[in-house]
Amino acid sequence: MAQRIRGNVFVVGDNIDTDQIIPAQYLNLVPTIPEEYAKLGTYALSGLPDGYPRLVPEGAAKSPYVIVVAGRNFGCGSSREHAPVSLGAAGVRAVVAESYARIFFRNCMATGELYPVESPKRLCDLLKTGDEVTLDLEAGTLTTAAGATYPLQPLGDAKDVIDAGGLFAFARKSGMIR
Amino acid sequence: MGMTITEKILARAAGRPSVRAGDNVWVQADILMTHDVCGPGTIGIFQKEFGAKARVWNSERVILTPDHYIFTADAKCHRNVEICRAFAAEQALPYFYDPGTPSYSGVCHVTLPQKGHCRPGEVLFGTDSHTCTYGAFGAFATGIGNTDAAFVMGTGRLLVKVPATLRFVVDGGLPKGVMGKDIILRVIGDIGVDGGTYRALEFCGSTIRGLPMSERITICNMAIEAGGKNGIIAADKTTLEYVRARTDKPFTCVDSDPDAEVLSERRYRAEELVPYVALPHSPDNLAKASDCGDVRIDRAYVGSCTGGKTEDFIAAASILRGRKVCVDTYLVPATTEVAADLQRETIGGKTLAQIFQEAGCIEPAPPSCAACLGGPLDTFGRANGSEVVISTTNRNFPGRMGSKAASVILASPLTTAASALTGRITDPREFM
Repeated sequence: MAQRIRGNVFVVGDNIDTDQIIPAQYLNLVPTIPEEYAKLGTYALSGLPDGYPRLVPEGAAKSPYVIVVAGRNFGCGSSREHAPVSLGAAGVRAVVAESYARIFFRNCMATGELYPVESPKRLCDLLKTGDEVTLDLEAGTLTTAAGATYPLQPLGDAKDVIDAGGLFAFARKSGMIR
Repeated sequence: MGMTITEKILARAAGRPSVRAGDNVWVQADILMTHDVCGPGTIGIFQKEFGAKARVWNSERVILTPDHYIFTADAKCHRNVEICRAFAAEQALPYFYDPGTPSYSGVCHVTLPQKGHCRPGEVLFGTDSHTCTYGAFGAFATGIGNTDAAFVMGTGRLLVKVPATLRFVVDGGLPKGVMGKDIILRVIGDIGVDGGTYRALEFCGSTIRGLPMSERITICNMAIEAGGKNGIIAADKTTLEYVRARTDKPFTCVDSDPDAEVLSERRYRAEELVPYVALPHSPDNLAKASDCGDVRIDRAYVGSCTGGKTEDFIAAASILRGRKVCVDTYLVPATTEVAADLQRETIGGKTLAQIFQEAGCIEPAPPSCAACLGGPLDTFGRANGSEVVISTTNRNFPGRMGSKAASVILASPLTTAASALTGRITDPREFM
């Protein structure tokens, strides 16, 4: 697994709930059906209020942004695994937020779709959509193009599970299940 | 040092004499619930990971309740119910509540209590954030994603972190016009939408003990709106009467030890509580209904796992009886049993259905989750424009009931009904 993710950020605020990440009208799509998985990606973060740019531009299959930067309580609301799946399917590889809702965090780990990294610093006020950053998962830092570096909370054991590709892949790799 | 009720249930399920908040333990599930929105994805992962011929760990303990997208023309939604149906047949699941047949029930979180699947002391997982509802029965219940659910489906087990407890003690007599919904809106307003993240929210005190199961369900249902891992109310005589009438399966009640360690304890005097609302666009945007008389609404909605139970419709009917609504008023009974009660329960010699009809409400829809979470564009009651909706549902982040331009105000059935009469947020005591 590449431990450095370099790319542009998409910035949102506090309490971005799962309806904003993937609106309920798209929950007729089943994440385990490959073409519907891809379709979920095109709708990721499409529930954000008007005024936000699209994470995935109209007609595109993938997001030009690979890291979402958020405030507090990212992913609150529903238990729908479609939320981390849609972000992962869009090509987002990590979220850097001040804090997470419990089920969203767990679903990120269980699916292995993306890294939910916590930042003690409120980066959503310091960065703007389109800024280029480097996220170093090994060192636990986020560095801006201007060279400012911010420490992040270690992901701990959750990182190993996501590195392996999710709960089942990790459990097999570590011999917990056959 | 004693244990909280949540710790005791998880210790039993982990096969250990004791656990403490913060411990990571493998627990044995008693029930796994899934529905038409998350069931197909869960089944897909289960079959991929355990094999096409794999059997669920215990067919009596996997409950399949299609309820979200049932009454829609959307072909994929029908396909998803069909995936659930085929799986239920293949696995010979005795508890599949099949749409379009007499076994159909409706909203999972009212179905499981009504069908006797909620029992004190047990561990329930469900692929829905409002699975915390079942804590009303003195059980540990929490929402999980498809991947975790597939793991439970195959093994019956899941790794959980034991949550620390936030205790809410409510004592005294609830004033007229104040419901369980008002208690939980006040709690969420006080601690915020992330104030309970990773925590058990335990409710106790004389007010809670005096509440019927329907109101306890409303309170525990919304623990997730404060980020809670579970909501819980210890079982008592009221619980046992409800449960014993619906199942003869054995169970063991537990309660917190007097010396159990909790993270915090908040105390409320019931007499000081009033009818509240959560204004757009967050469940913690608390206000007194009486302070919001200038907020106009153009739709009222009574339904969902939170506010679509028989008692919720009785409350709404008690306000609407003999009066006329002045905004579109949508009614969605949670389950077929609740729908039957609309024809059966009477106030002053009239059925609830007659009272709603005479008040000018839109004819009630068949039971399902309906517009609580927006859903497909043809969903009954879905907000498709810039409506301001007052609703007995549980969540009001932007776009929750459909359109991003709509606004949702959360309230009790009494407050929702009173507001339907005036077209503005209205304290129900004006009509009591």
